[in-house]
Amino acid sequence: MSPVIVDARRLLCPMPVIRVQNRVKELPPGTRVEAICTDPGALSDIPAWCRINGHKLIETRTEGNEYIIVVEVGEES
Amino acid sequence: MTRQRKAVALISGGLDSLLAAKVIQQQGIHVEGINFFTGFCVEGHTHAIRQKDRSRVKRNNALWVAEQLGIKLHIVDIVEEYKDIVLNPKHGYGANLNPCLDCKIFMVKKAHEWIAEHGFDFIITGEVVGQRPMSQRKDTMPVVARESGAEDRLVRPLSGRNLPATLPEREGWISRDQLYGFNGRSRKPQMALAEQFGLEDYAQPAGGCCFLTDAQYAVKLADLWQARGEKQYEMDDIMLLKVGRHLRPRPHFKVIISREEGEGNFLQGYRKQYVSLLTTSHAGPLALLDGSVDADDIALAARLVARFSQGKQAERVELTVTALDGSQQQLSVKPLTAEEIPQEWYI
Repeated sequence: MSPVIVDARRLLCPMPVIRVQNRVKELPPGTRVEAICTDPGALSDIPAWCRINGHKLIETRTEGNEYIIVVEVGEES
Repeated sequence: MTRQRKAVALISGGLDSLLAAKVIQQQGIHVEGINFFTGFCVEGHTHAIRQKDRSRVKRNNALWVAEQLGIKLHIVDIVEEYKDIVLNPKHGYGANLNPCLDCKIFMVKKAHEWIAEHGFDFIITGEVVGQRPMSQRKDTMPVVARESGAEDRLVRPLSGRNLPATLPEREGWISRDQLYGFNGRSRKPQMALAEQFGLEDYAQPAGGCCFLTDAQYAVKLADLWQARGEKQYEMDDIMLLKVGRHLRPRPHFKVIISREEGEGNFLQGYRKQYVSLLTTSHAGPLALLDGSVDADDIALAARLVARFSQGKQAERVELTVTALDGSQQQLSVKPLTAEEIPQEWYI
């Protein structure tokens, strides 16, 4: 199943985290969310947010000036 | 069976809220964190924008604190609602445009709504009596409890022994004996407690973590309100106030000039909302014009921008001007000299 896309381009932290958090709240466990960000801070903030809130970080990658963070929604979202 | 009591801690990312949450956590209370994003938070944005800051290791301190405590953190976007606090603070401003008392009341009020919605029992803050000149005084701390509606469900563990007993203390959910009696501006008690808890590497923001306490930022915000003839702002406005040099050559427009590559890249994102100028004959900054401008204004702005390019000593500097509709024109101008830029232009 293709991931749910969260477009957080041009947003500065913590807004990308907030966008991901608010989208994740609406999704069932196991769903994958792909956040597209331009603030490099998202590369550390979204993984930290996953660790403390029980979600799984699947991957982070850089594509040109964009940072892609893929998250899997945890059981207790 | 006794019900597991739950508290939400206001987590700013600084040491006091970290300690306050830890003190309550150690009493067996289930603690979760809440962090409010107002748009005026200092660290994240400037860090992300400025190239020179990117070499430093980036972290969001509120997330870091939550991770140290092993608690969940709920980050709440209050940008829109917060405007009323900034624009119309009932209790007024502090030294700059910081509505600290109204801000604290508002955040505790939001936390109070949150605990009601999520079945939590009380609220924790890192407030210390006498720590801050406006919101953390002996006489204003009860105002926060009262006007937020939290009343005696608001616990300040670092100063609890200096304050009347709260509901969680009276009900025996937490022990007053295990709270602290910190008082005043000294940071030594907090640092000693941090050491006791084995905490290192915590954030120590100088002068707070809010741009509204910054004198230079406050001047720029006041200038924006004056130029527009009304106290109002949008998210883009408050973001742009954090970036670049701001000069106002005429009352009806100002020029925002990037100071380095990171800022230039950031300002690029606003080229469809503002007339922009970029030097082409020499390396130079990207500049945005905020206000309604005519050809004379653009020519003056171009000479100003040329002054901040590597062609400042050149006879002529070429620039590209991009209008709001995307159309472009080339200009060739003589850079202003340093003497031709009055100090009053700098905001």
